[in-house]
Amino acid sequence: MNITVSLFGQVIAFVLLIWFVNRVLWDPVSKMLEDRQKRIADGLAAGEKGKHELERAKKLAKETLHEAKTKAGEIIAQAEKRASEIVEEAKQDARTEGDRLLAAANSEIDREVNRARETLRGQVADITVAGAKRILKREIDAKAHEDLLKELVTQI
Amino acid sequence: MSATESGSSGGSGTVEYIQHHLTNLCVGDCDPVTHKAAGFWALHVDTLFFSVALGALIIAVSWNLTRNLNPDTPSGFQNFVESILDFVSTNVRDTFPGHNPLIAPLALTVFVWVWLMNFMDLIPVDLLPAIASWFGINYLKVVPTTDLNTTLAMSLTVFGLIIYYSIKVKGAAGYLKMFLFHPFGKFLVPVNVVMTLIEELAKPLSLALRLFGNLFAGELVFLLIALIGGTLAVGAAALFWFPLQVVLDLGWLIFHLLIITLQAFIFMVLTIVYLGMAHTDEDH
Repeated sequence: MNITVSLFGQVIAFVLLIWFVNRVLWDPVSKMLEDRQKRIADGLAAGEKGKHELERAKKLAKETLHEAKTKAGEIIAQAEKRASEIVEEAKQDARTEGDRLLAAANSEIDREVNRARETLRGQVADITVAGAKRILKREIDAKAHEDLLKELVTQI
Repeated sequence: MSATESGSSGGSGTVEYIQHHLTNLCVGDCDPVTHKAAGFWALHVDTLFFSVALGALIIAVSWNLTRNLNPDTPSGFQNFVESILDFVSTNVRDTFPGHNPLIAPLALTVFVWVWLMNFMDLIPVDLLPAIASWFGINYLKVVPTTDLNTTLAMSLTVFGLIIYYSIKVKGAAGYLKMFLFHPFGKFLVPVNVVMTLIEELAKPLSLALRLFGNLFAGELVFLLIALIGGTLAVGAAALFWFPLQVVLDLGWLIFHLLIITLQAFIFMVLTIVYLGMAHTDEDH
């Protein structure tokens, strides 16, 4: 157990070994471990972020759906209102058209009646004149009695 | 021990056996008779060979590992290495103040290298020397940490780092001030110098001697257990001594596995702690 020159050999071996271990084992492996740690942390953070994002998207989808539903309800209500309006309008139109037609028919009828009455009146005047002629056994001067005849006609 | 002729010669054989196993393969300035290092210029080739071989093993294995590192799904050996690295870096984080990129690799090297060198102790004591003797190598001490040169080399390297970082962090003046005024204030400067000097020198010495002592003693116990089968198990007595040797060897093996791990861990932790102390500016 004498101290000999082997001591210095061992010192050199030790120093070289430290250098080699640092170079070959410690550096690459600890770097790899650090990288892995970072990657795991990143992955966890990304997972957390993704979860948040999903939650937000879910909320957004829910909101959108709700909005769409409300809007659809509104549209349906509006459409219903419009439909009833249209029906109402159509009814109104029909009613006015009916009234118009009725009025036209009525006036036609009136006109027909008047015409018939006129015709009848003329015939009656003729008949009356003929009757009076026969009664008077003479010619009535149509011209001379025109006023009278007309008055007669209107009275009938 | 039996009083027979073979027994008494076995007694001196015992001493010889142990002496032989505790002798390094010496090259250079060595005693030709005892084969011990006689002067400074003696090289313990076995110590150097095994420590460098184990260091090369560490480098080769880690190079092979880091070449195809799997960052996402680690498995098998990579898991094992990762857990060792994690263990070391946790220790460094817990005991080392501040940040120094050298400390963790240093601690890792100390832990793995010392453990591997200690592990050589668990290889049957006669196996490697017997194999070496086939190649004409008559002396072989396979456990580098039972050579004080190894442990002292490591602790002196750590000591050098302690001094370097002490001066770097505290400044030369601050380091000197620590020697002058450290435990008892400015009125007992001579006492302070002696105390701090002892304190500082005790660090590398205790570091080296603790590891050396534990492993040397462990090796000795293995040798003694090996002797049970080697010298006492003659003839019918072998029926008794041989099983005893197996049981004792197994027991000491299991216990020693704990010791070598513990010693490697202690060396690592104390390295971190001493360097941590060197990094703290004690201006309070």
